[in-house]
Amino acid sequence: MATGNLALGQEQGTLSARQRIVNDFSIIVATVNGSGSQSANSVLLKSVFGMGVPVSGKNLFPSNIAGLPTWYTIRASKDGYVARKRDSEVLVALNPETAREDMLALPTGGVAIYEEHLNLKQYRSDVVSYPVPFDKITAAVCPEAKLRKLVKNMVYVGVVAQLLHLDLTVVEKGVHKQFARKQKVFDLNFGAVKAGYDYAQNTFTKQDPFVIAPMNETAGKIIIDGNAACGMGAVFAGVTVVAWYPITPSTSLVEATTDLLKKFRVTPEGKATFAVVQAEDELAAIGMVLGAGWAGARAMTSTSGPGISLMSEFAGLGYYAELPGVIFDVQRTGPSTGMPTRTQQSDLLSVAFLSHGDTRHVVLLPGSVKECFELSYAAFDLAERLQTPVFVLSDLDLGMNNWMSEPFNYPDNPLDRGKVLTAEELERLGGFARYRDADGDGIGWRTLPGTNHPKAAYFTRGSGHNDAAGYTEKPDEYQAVMDRLARKFENARKLVPAPVVVKDGTSKIGFLAFGSTDFALRESLDFIEKEYGKSADYMRIRAYPFAHEIHDFVASHERVYVVEQNRDAQLLSLLKLDLPADHVTRLRSILNYNGLPIDARTIADEFATKEGL
Amino acid sequence: MATATPTPKTNRIGLPVVEYRGGKSTLCAGCGHNAISERIIDAMFEMGVEPERVMKMSGIGCSSKSPAYFMSRAHSFNSVHGRMPSVTTGAVLANRTMMALGVSGDGDTVSIGIGQFVHMMRRNLNMIYIIEDNGVYGLTKGQFSATADIGSKLKTGVINELPPIDTCALAIQLGATFVGRSFSGDKKQLLAMLKAAIAHRGTVMLDVISPCVTFNDHEGSTKSYKFMQENDEPINEVGFIASFEDIEVDYDSGQVYDVQMHDGSSLRLRKLHENYDPTDKANAVRTLMEAHEKDEILTGVFYIDTQKPTFTDLLNIVDEPLATLPESLVRPPKSALDSLMANLQ
Repeated sequence: MATGNLALGQEQGTLSARQRIVNDFSIIVATVNGSGSQSANSVLLKSVFGMGVPVSGKNLFPSNIAGLPTWYTIRASKDGYVARKRDSEVLVALNPETAREDMLALPTGGVAIYEEHLNLKQYRSDVVSYPVPFDKITAAVCPEAKLRKLVKNMVYVGVVAQLLHLDLTVVEKGVHKQFARKQKVFDLNFGAVKAGYDYAQNTFTKQDPFVIAPMNETAGKIIIDGNAACGMGAVFAGVTVVAWYPITPSTSLVEATTDLLKKFRVTPEGKATFAVVQAEDELAAIGMVLGAGWAGARAMTSTSGPGISLMSEFAGLGYYAELPGVIFDVQRTGPSTGMPTRTQQSDLLSVAFLSHGDTRHVVLLPGSVKECFELSYAAFDLAERLQTPVFVLSDLDLGMNNWMSEPFNYPDNPLDRGKVLTAEELERLGGFARYRDADGDGIGWRTLPGTNHPKAAYFTRGSGHNDAAGYTEKPDEYQAVMDRLARKFENARKLVPAPVVVKDGTSKIGFLAFGSTDFALRESLDFIEKEYGKSADYMRIRAYPFAHEIHDFVASHERVYVVEQNRDAQLLSLLKLDLPADHVTRLRSILNYNGLPIDARTIADEFATKEGL
Repeated sequence: MATATPTPKTNRIGLPVVEYRGGKSTLCAGCGHNAISERIIDAMFEMGVEPERVMKMSGIGCSSKSPAYFMSRAHSFNSVHGRMPSVTTGAVLANRTMMALGVSGDGDTVSIGIGQFVHMMRRNLNMIYIIEDNGVYGLTKGQFSATADIGSKLKTGVINELPPIDTCALAIQLGATFVGRSFSGDKKQLLAMLKAAIAHRGTVMLDVISPCVTFNDHEGSTKSYKFMQENDEPINEVGFIASFEDIEVDYDSGQVYDVQMHDGSSLRLRKLHENYDPTDKANAVRTLMEAHEKDEILTGVFYIDTQKPTFTDLLNIVDEPLATLPESLVRPPKSALDSLMANLQ
């Protein structure tokens, strides 16, 4: 990565050729956006996975179609750590523009594999260099000149495989999977892998310590990105209307949803049991979702920060008129356009209160790809149960990167379609009042358009209304509805996914976090324990409004570190509004907001500083 | 003394007209919008539409309040300013078996809502889109909207200098399949157009000039009752014969353009302009443009296409409402998830 000033992480120490470093390092591949390296990186990732070694992959890419630098990191970790690591030890330098910086960023004892003519050895004598004539090797195995740019990527897969002792048959399987149905494409690509492998075998004597050795830690596990997992959750929730507007990094969520709908949701007669609409903008997208939700469909949209801002007015209508809908926000770096291809957790506050007036929203916070799936289908149940828009906050790191996971479980419960009155029930009841708290849970009964009863209809509006859905400007009537909405939101605390107690011991120190921060935080707690002998408890928050367990967690710890990926401590701020005043002072903040996923070292260092260790 | 009340007249599904009424209007007395509500009630009653099969949709403004004043037995959604099209699109996708009737105004459609309006027209969603067009913002006390004609004068004396947006020309160009203009004061024409609109499958866009008695009914306004009475230039005389009616209308065939509607009804347009062909898109737009140059206000059915697929046809969705499909049809089985998981290993 082109940030030459990153200090060598303390966890690494100096590397030497004599000690072998097995299954505990990162590979960074520096290429140019649009060069087609994605398939090669995916094959490398899956090959490490295929060796049974816990692995994670991250794409650090520019907001650009083609031509700007891009980096892909693959972390192998025998301990199962999958967060970003600050340093990568093995560099594959294929981008002449950044090659020098990439070389300078390597830790002492690192490895550089690069195009021969770049002559990177001149910059570092403390790094093991493996110059490779990539163009020459590629030309030999790929007669068709226009394909060489793509095939070259597979040559580095071969070189890396040989140098890191990856099993070639595992790599072959990976290539096979990547190009599943196309034998010719497979032959060409695997030919390139072998050419790279052979070149390395015949040319280099291994001088570095980095090795991938077989383990048995990935059997039965899957690899998937969070956006695909969210899409899968939506399809298994029975989503029927999807309206969206393309925006990085959420686009692939809808694309994954659409692919699955086409696969699983077409009747034998060839008719779709779904509608996917690319709307003209995010205002229209959420308008369609709320219109569909009002008419009884399970509807969703997916967006990122700028789209969330545009959805603001409709979000308030959804809250006040009590319309179900699911809104995925795959967060990117703000404010404004910000850095569209970098990650952050900085929409929490704006989403929780999206729109003017006294508006509050239910927000679900998945912390893994498995939870992307589970909270996605839970969101549809909650939206209809609570008759309100439900937001699912993912982020670019979770959404667009590949993560290892336990396979997803099929939903246990049938769909919860919430409180909907049928014509027969209306006949028995003799009518209904749409916004009356008939059951004491703050949730009224609704009817769907088309219900065949003269008393089924009601008037939905964003203007002041009474409990019978009539227009009102009467202070008491208006306030009664607002108070009921507050009770409904209070009730939601018990219905949203409960927090996860990751570590609960007897420590006086606690950690709170949400979403993708989890990966780095788990690793950092191990650092803290190893390096400082400090044990800390950790609870991961999975939803707003906050469950009571979160209050209890703060109450039972003297100091609580709230770790999050934004500048303004948004989770901590939200907690402040919820907690009793004497507990607020227990909260401390650890923040990361430079656009890169938070890493364990950053958390541990901040913690040590704040604790005076 | 009360004696036996006479049985009220009922329509073909046995409902009296009172079942099509709504709440008491809170708009100004004499507002054109109230007349339009009355015609909607008449059209729905005469066509024998089941009120429960209708979704009344609107945005924000005087016009958008009016769904409260007709058909209380139909579900209604008064949404946010300029966004009725998207909400309606979602509702129709959720339940394509419903009849969607959207009521908007000139501010709601042509200023804040123009983005959603044009995309709505492109989709040819099955719905009726009525613009209650008075050229001013009533609720905020009389500012010009973007349908105000050049030279039109506000009560305060301010003259409009910007050209109006012609919603009919836009709708025709973008893909709506039934486009016309009428005047709230022309009972006969408006009723016939609304009945044909109910029979049509696809997007109906009706721009109904509807004078604002409070802010835009004075001398110098081009959307006043007086101005419309003097300048309304029908391009055709609109007649509608419902499929269930058996009326022989004796027209000179050379003078009539007969359009077979999807439900078996027929729309009869008696030509008033020389050989105006309402299926000729380019000519329709040109005619509207020429009318602007001549300061004419054309009314009538400008364009109709009964064949174009609707949005739900294009999406190839099932005939049943998506909203109420059973779980067995919308949640794939466990085997589906298992195969996905196996592929990811």
